[in-house]
Amino acid sequence: MKNKKLNSLMASPYILWSIAFIIIPLIMVFYYGLTDKDGAFTLENITAITAPEHIKALSIALLLSLISTVICLLLAYPLAMILANMKGNQDKLIVLIFILPMWMNFLLRTLAWQTLLEKSGVINQVLEFLHLPALEIINTPYAIILGMVYNFLPFMILPIYNVLCKIDPNVINAAKDLGANNFMTFIKITLPLSIPGIISGITMVFVPALTTFIISNLLGGSKILLIGNVIEQEFLQANNWHLGSGLSMVLMIFIVISMIVTAIFDKDGEGSAL
Amino acid sequence: MSNRLINLENITKSYGNQMVLDDMNLYIRENEFLTLLGPSGCGKTTTLRIIGGFETPDKGRVIFDGADITNIPPHKRQLNTVFQKYALFTHMNIAENIAFGLKIKGKTKAYIDDKIKYALKLVNLDGYEKRMPDSLSGGQQQRIAIARAIVNEPKVLLLDEPLGALDLKLRQDMQYELIRLKNELGITFIYVTHDQEEALTMSDTIVVMNQGYIQQIGTPEMIYNEPENAFVADFIGDSNIIGSTMIQDELVEILGARFACVDKGFGNNKPVDVVIRPEDVELVKPEEGTIKGVVSHLIFKGVHYEMEVMANGFEWLVHSTSLFPVGTEVGIKVDPFNIQIMNKPESEDEEAAPIEE
Repeated sequence: MKNKKLNSLMASPYILWSIAFIIIPLIMVFYYGLTDKDGAFTLENITAITAPEHIKALSIALLLSLISTVICLLLAYPLAMILANMKGNQDKLIVLIFILPMWMNFLLRTLAWQTLLEKSGVINQVLEFLHLPALEIINTPYAIILGMVYNFLPFMILPIYNVLCKIDPNVINAAKDLGANNFMTFIKITLPLSIPGIISGITMVFVPALTTFIISNLLGGSKILLIGNVIEQEFLQANNWHLGSGLSMVLMIFIVISMIVTAIFDKDGEGSAL
Repeated sequence: MSNRLINLENITKSYGNQMVLDDMNLYIRENEFLTLLGPSGCGKTTTLRIIGGFETPDKGRVIFDGADITNIPPHKRQLNTVFQKYALFTHMNIAENIAFGLKIKGKTKAYIDDKIKYALKLVNLDGYEKRMPDSLSGGQQQRIAIARAIVNEPKVLLLDEPLGALDLKLRQDMQYELIRLKNELGITFIYVTHDQEEALTMSDTIVVMNQGYIQQIGTPEMIYNEPENAFVADFIGDSNIIGSTMIQDELVEILGARFACVDKGFGNNKPVDVVIRPEDVELVKPEEGTIKGVVSHLIFKGVHYEMEVMANGFEWLVHSTSLFPVGTEVGIKVDPFNIQIMNKPESEDEEAAPIEE
């Protein structure tokens, strides 16, 4: 009994935090999303997603975040395998190198890319010096994908790496012992056993990529509007909290779907690295 | 003598600066239940992994059925392994686990189904096809690991401390199970364990290892009754190991008293080690014994009493069904056949020197 009381006391800051910064804002989003300027109930803010410019922003956001997620997966999986197979403490150092940029501010990192990619930016100066054609990807979807992959890659590597590390080496040995070559062992054993990590990596890259507006602002030059940019503009420029909340609720549906998928595949919480 | 199936020739293996196996030679006969026995770090698991193909020796060759397989990868070897902690594929059900090797070899479905049935019957787990590994107990998982290995009809089954994770009662049951399996399958078992009782119960041949060297190879009876050195005597069962002097053939001086024995050929007045098993020490009336002592400790062990007797400056370990309370003066007698004489190692190195079978 005493312990229970103590436990709930210890948990109270967290509960307060949740109420103040998660529950109340959510209720406000739902309230604004489901009302018009006069406070009357309406679904218009939600159905507004079907407007051509919103559909376009949502489609581009889905497409770019999907492409980024696939690229992240393709880059992260081999790397995670190499790291997991390293002996001793070498892998820890390399994992640290990958996590290190995450200690820097997200905004700064993206701004850095803007400077690097600019028409007269560092990369183009070097290319010019080498008499190579300039790289003109700033303010294109390619730059946005680059920014997404760069920013979210560690979130893909870590869960896959964690899951791979947990596979008993003898399970791999057993597959080989039973006649499977390296390729068969990978397809039949390693890959299926690492699915929880893959799924949670996908969620951790896809969700922030889908909702980002900073990367598209800085690297897309506000020419390419993602759904995140539309929502941001509704809140900050058009001052239309109702429409912004309504569109956010639509976006939440996609996030909830990907979280459900994660929960189904990752029952043991193996992939939840962060 | 039956055919030598596996020959390990001059196997040397080290990790970094640490020598794990040093110039090891060993052969394994067809149909033999051979146990590699030793404390952790003695090289027994490394030996097994070299036979299985998971490690490559730095020097030496592995000959299997007449062919050199030293550099053949594990998936091309005609032997299967039962790993420590089972190593089942947790994302597959029992039938899929057992079928894994057969599917890769491209066997027909009918053949595979037959084999699964047969293997599950053999390990007494009929009807478990659709269960998942996680839903089975440790003992059941271990049986599945064995079933998964034997459906591939290996010539040799390698077992790496397969019973280590099981509790005592289950371990004893599984020991009988393994002996039965071995007899039904008629294949060679190479078994790794640090449990001397397990080794004595199951093996045809025991290989006692320490620090990368083979200490003794022999039948369980030979290993127990005639240990070749103090390490083997100490590792296998309880024993009294006493530094003594061989006066002449069939006469040894232990702690100042002369005992008749049956060993010859050690030379005269040579320092030797003597092993006397605690159950071979007879406690008699003080005047009837070869030496006199006083009981200093007494523990009831169920089957027998375990006593320590202080005699001539040595604490003798004695197992006896008759009780001698602490403080009793007793005489110690040993039957000449029960005194095992061993050459005394002259240096640390010699203690670890390889011994030819």
